[in-house]
Amino acid sequence: MTLTTDQFTPAGPDGDDETQLLSDQEQQWVDKFMDETTLFLGPDPAIMRHHEIMPRTAYEEECIAQGIDPLEIDRIRKRLAGALDEAFEMCESMGAAPGAKWADLSCAVYTAEGDVTYLSNRGVIAFSAVLHHPIRYIMKNWKDEPTVGINAGDGFFHNDSRFGMVHNTDQSMLVPVIRGGVIIAWVGATIHEGENGACEPGGMPSGSETPFDDGLRASPIKIVEKGHLRRDLLTFLQHSTRDPKLMLADIKVKMGAVRRIMDTVDRLIDEVGQETFVASLRVTVEDVETEVKRRIGELPDGTVTFNQFVDSTLKENILIKFACKITITGERMIVDLTGTGPEILNRAINSPLASTKSFMAQAILSYWWPDLPRSTGALSPIEVITEEHSWADAGYDAPVGQSLQASFRGFSALQTAFAKMQFSSPQKYSNVVAPWFNQINDFLWGGTTQNGEQVGNLCADLNGMGGGAKAFRDGEDAVAPLFCAMADIGEQEVMEEEVPFLQLVSKRLVRDNQGFGKFRGGMGYEMIVASRGTPSWGFMTVTSGSKFSSVPGMFGGYGCPVYPLAMVKNINIYDVIRKDPSQFDLSMERVMNEQPFEGGDYQSAHMGLQFDVAKEGELYMIAQGAGGGYGDVLERDPELVVTDLELDRISAHTATTMYGVVWEPGTYVVHEQATVELRAQLRRDRISRGTPYAEFVKQFVTEEPPAELLYFGSWGQDNDEQLLATHWGGLEPERVKGKLEDLPLIMVPDRRVLKISKLEARVRELEQKYGEEVVHKS
Amino acid sequence: MTEYLLIDLDTERWICRICAHDFGDARGNYKEGTLVYDRDPREIHPPVIDPEKYEFTFSPDPTFCRILEFYCPTCGTQIEAEYLPPGHPPTVDMLWDIDSLREKWETHGGNPEEVVNYGPGENAETDLSARFDSVAHHSHSHRGTTTEGH
Repeated sequence: MTLTTDQFTPAGPDGDDETQLLSDQEQQWVDKFMDETTLFLGPDPAIMRHHEIMPRTAYEEECIAQGIDPLEIDRIRKRLAGALDEAFEMCESMGAAPGAKWADLSCAVYTAEGDVTYLSNRGVIAFSAVLHHPIRYIMKNWKDEPTVGINAGDGFFHNDSRFGMVHNTDQSMLVPVIRGGVIIAWVGATIHEGENGACEPGGMPSGSETPFDDGLRASPIKIVEKGHLRRDLLTFLQHSTRDPKLMLADIKVKMGAVRRIMDTVDRLIDEVGQETFVASLRVTVEDVETEVKRRIGELPDGTVTFNQFVDSTLKENILIKFACKITITGERMIVDLTGTGPEILNRAINSPLASTKSFMAQAILSYWWPDLPRSTGALSPIEVITEEHSWADAGYDAPVGQSLQASFRGFSALQTAFAKMQFSSPQKYSNVVAPWFNQINDFLWGGTTQNGEQVGNLCADLNGMGGGAKAFRDGEDAVAPLFCAMADIGEQEVMEEEVPFLQLVSKRLVRDNQGFGKFRGGMGYEMIVASRGTPSWGFMTVTSGSKFSSVPGMFGGYGCPVYPLAMVKNINIYDVIRKDPSQFDLSMERVMNEQPFEGGDYQSAHMGLQFDVAKEGELYMIAQGAGGGYGDVLERDPELVVTDLELDRISAHTATTMYGVVWEPGTYVVHEQATVELRAQLRRDRISRGTPYAEFVKQFVTEEPPAELLYFGSWGQDNDEQLLATHWGGLEPERVKGKLEDLPLIMVPDRRVLKISKLEARVRELEQKYGEEVVHKS
Repeated sequence: MTEYLLIDLDTERWICRICAHDFGDARGNYKEGTLVYDRDPREIHPPVIDPEKYEFTFSPDPTFCRILEFYCPTCGTQIEAEYLPPGHPPTVDMLWDIDSLREKWETHGGNPEEVVNYGPGENAETDLSARFDSVAHHSHSHRGTTTEGH
């Protein structure tokens, strides 16, 4: 298989075929003509639809044939790991992007054909399954292109996930390792930069409605030529985003980090020889693939199904399915996403296939087999079935500005299913864990800072996702994002020197914000922000899960609650507190329920907030999400229940009705016998209210979703190829059914247009009712 | 196979690890042997902000989301809690190849009740053997011969 050349099969061994329009010779002329006159070298399906490692090149075969010393290869891997970690720290320490400071980045060494051999130990593992795409694109299109070429000291930049990236807010620096005119490897650094010139600041626009709203669309371009940063291209990139200083600073940071890796690579090649170095890169990739197959073989054969339902386009509430069936047969694993809802062509939530797969690799290398080298080999042997133009495998014309909505579900599909796949396996490489929280409960922001600079980026608090409960302990609170085990949530005070808003409440837990269970999920915390001292500022949120819980529990445990955005507009909290410092007792619960600030406009909404102008002192409030709970709540140690109660982590109502614990008010001493009796009663209550499965299915299951639900995806799992979708031919939605390719293009009308239409209808109705004659001119 | 479910490879039945309730053919869907309850999600995830004043409150919207609770009919253990849209068929979440499972355990040679744990680390070591005595009030007779993998 050769992925970097077009897959063309000639008609037959003798050349001409009567049914063939062109002879072989003629076809070759056509191909040559087409190659020389290609109008646009866009994302290449021959590259973008493949996640498998490349076959050995002839040169790699030659290098490996010279002999492999496993100890030497291990030594090379360790040296590379050291260099990558050093480069990682350089990016983290010097990076201008907030994401860089909090570890949202990665450094890597690649084979000549682009397979990731080794990734820095810290950072975002998802990059290990996506950055082979741009390298293959560069090798295929620019290596022999006279106007570009690949030379020592060159560096390539790209950000567009259509060419292979986690999402469009990330930016790469990919540099070839060349010996004797031959490319023998690549090194690279990639950082979540944030601002990318999208329709909203911060790089992850929830409001993008076309691919051109997604911001910068950099295909792989040679930004560094023979060691020199090209000022013309740099200026173009700076001019294309809101934060030119950030663009310059971090391109230089990445160049420095890559130089550091290259120093080690140069020394290594001098020490061990070019052939051994090339062989070690190749063998590592292959070893990981081989080991993954072996570990799949240790899992029980069968099929695990896990469906997710996402409740938002980030503009309106819908329900779109992310279906997943994982089948294991021996050493073969198939991940089948058939049944997943269609792409929505004017909403930001769609994900390119490569980005969705990258988060599958994240689950594998972070939560299944975290001991393996972070390599393209990890996902390579796993077959992934998707339907092109589903929202997990979006087409070229779909906006992908907030692709994490779909790609994070790729992570959860694998992470959640694995508890069932691995449970009975005697050999485990990671603990049994309930679902990790999977949403970006965070504020993005943009505007003019107190220092007069234009910026757009995000808070690090998305890194405070609640961990899923483990089978033997509670999940950890606000511990780490699903994509980066050792990320940081940043120093708020440091941020406040650079951006004009305060986190008036930060790191405060919200009572009952838990996935309940025998062991509960880790909790998220509340954040309340308000702008201050800025001529123009605004906030955004980019999260689903305000009506349908984003993560479930495991083995009887419950999932997380849902999360609202709460706002108090039309106040200045700083004036309020100045007049009465006792009002600095802020929590979402108190502020929203007591409405203590006179004249305030108190609003709750789903967490898809497009850029909203924040006047000084207006409050924006959200809570981080919780991880899923593990096991039956009635098995939770009563002492753990009263400890949570005493710390105000759960309400008395939860302790009694959910956990069935009886305690002494004031001392929190558990009444053991009364607890045993209450729990026995709660079990009896379950038995008495439960309905036998077959009867329940008859009562509960319907042929279709409720008519008023704007639904997308299969219904059930018996016929996942049959999708349902909501289509707007006019202003009224209608349900359509069929195979994905037979469905009409899905576009959601502007919710403000719908609202105006309803209000106009109401006005006419009232005019008619009261006999008022009004001439409506169009 | 899960925190609360065993497969008896001799009889090829799904068995409750707490009380030995028989959920049915191990080659099929264990949920068919459960009791199910359609839970209003607001009862599990209480509102933090006032539902009288606001649409979005921390409680899932029952017109979008239901929680199906699957109980053991004998001991009342909650085996699964599934979040689904109203009317969506319950998911057949696990279907295992029993012949392959038997072969794997025969090759391994160990007693699954002794060798299966929660993963690496001392605190993940656990006793996953049947707990048929652990819930006092169940009515089923004990099935001492029923163990996973034998």
